[in-house]
Amino acid sequence: MLTKRIIPCLDIKNGRTVKGVQFENIRDAGDPVELAKWYAEQGADELVFLDITATNEERKTFAELVRDIARHIDIPFTVGGGISAVADVEVLLHAGADKVSINSSAIKNPQLVEELARHFGSQCVTVAIDTKHKDETGWKVYTRAGTIETEHSTVDWAKRVTDLGAGEILLTSMNNDGTKAGFALGVTGEVAKAVSVPVIASGGAGTKQHFAEAFEVAHADAALAASLFHFRELSVPELKAYLKEKGVAVRI
Amino acid sequence: MNLVIVDYKAGNVQSVLFALERLGVQATLSSDFETIKAADKVIFPGVGEASSAMLQLKSRNLDKLLPELKQPFFGVCLGMQLLCKHSEEGDTDLLGIIPLQVKRFQTELKVPHMGWNQLEGLNSPLFAGIQEKEYVYYVHSYYVPLSEYTIAQTSYPEPFSGALQYKNFYAAQFHPEKSGPAGAQILKNFLAL
Repeated sequence: MLTKRIIPCLDIKNGRTVKGVQFENIRDAGDPVELAKWYAEQGADELVFLDITATNEERKTFAELVRDIARHIDIPFTVGGGISAVADVEVLLHAGADKVSINSSAIKNPQLVEELARHFGSQCVTVAIDTKHKDETGWKVYTRAGTIETEHSTVDWAKRVTDLGAGEILLTSMNNDGTKAGFALGVTGEVAKAVSVPVIASGGAGTKQHFAEAFEVAHADAALAASLFHFRELSVPELKAYLKEKGVAVRI
Repeated sequence: MNLVIVDYKAGNVQSVLFALERLGVQATLSSDFETIKAADKVIFPGVGEASSAMLQLKSRNLDKLLPELKQPFFGVCLGMQLLCKHSEEGDTDLLGIIPLQVKRFQTELKVPHMGWNQLEGLNSPLFAGIQEKEYVYYVHSYYVPLSEYTIAQTSYPEPFSGALQYKNFYAAQFHPEKSGPAGAQILKNFLAL
């Protein structure tokens, strides 16, 4: 049976993991390759690396890092951050990334999704959607690291990028992100129901139960978390053992 | 051993090279007729779309060469589908080495079939040391139905061919290069054939 995926997410700045990582049993907690290897051994199903650097020089460092990650880990990984053209994707996929994630550039230029799908296949095009709920407007898509509200309603946008060729949706609720109060089950469920491609739930994971809800209530295909894993509040093996006991299909 | 990976600008070549490197094996990347023909073993990777992959193969005359090969040959993912006769993806005529059709998933489930799923009915030296129901990583929207050449199957929700063997041509729909220790073992088994 196809299993639900557990995906740790690493933020990368100038070749190093940032946003605080607390690990004692690996040599260098700031080294993304060390951390990636450790997560792979722990049973993570995939990894996501987000490049949060700004300059072109630092972006070159990121491509080198992607190559280093691909050399050392034997599970799939997605890379994202600052991708705006076919040429950017070519560099990252040729370095060994399995998928790329695009966000603001898809809003700016929706045809990019179609172009990437045509060049590289839908299976390697993940569209990341940052969504936020305000009472008067419902769930809207945000861009530029969540700073700017767009006119797109979240479910419509998810459907549109899927029609354009996205092979997967990474849905982050900004209302939930960082709260540890659980995933945004409502909007995640609506998107999962509306599109025919897999949906990754993101933002708000705080407990094992939250993951079970993302899979069983919202029907997400995968769930992503960062600090929860980095700060060792929850380990991947402990989470998977719990999910298995709950009857969720996981790879152990 | 002289191991050659067929180079036709398929997306996951680097990942396959790295997986082999982790096994301590050096491979040559080539689209050259004589180099491929002289190899002890050939790996044929692939991700992407069938019709554009066929165009790439034809532009290098590889559509003529590959069916003639006699050494152990391993097609991976799209590299497995390309060995078949015809694909519903872009209504494409393929290499025609294995007399099978490639179909699109028609299911209520999510497509692409993406993630870790189980191998069953293992029936080949390719799977030496691999347990029934082992998890491997899949990402694909098209599949090959079960046939007399199926050497492993996976269900989504109906069973389909997870791996094939026809004469010297071995093939896997999943990605051994991304399937953790089990995938590494399968690559090792191919190298030992």
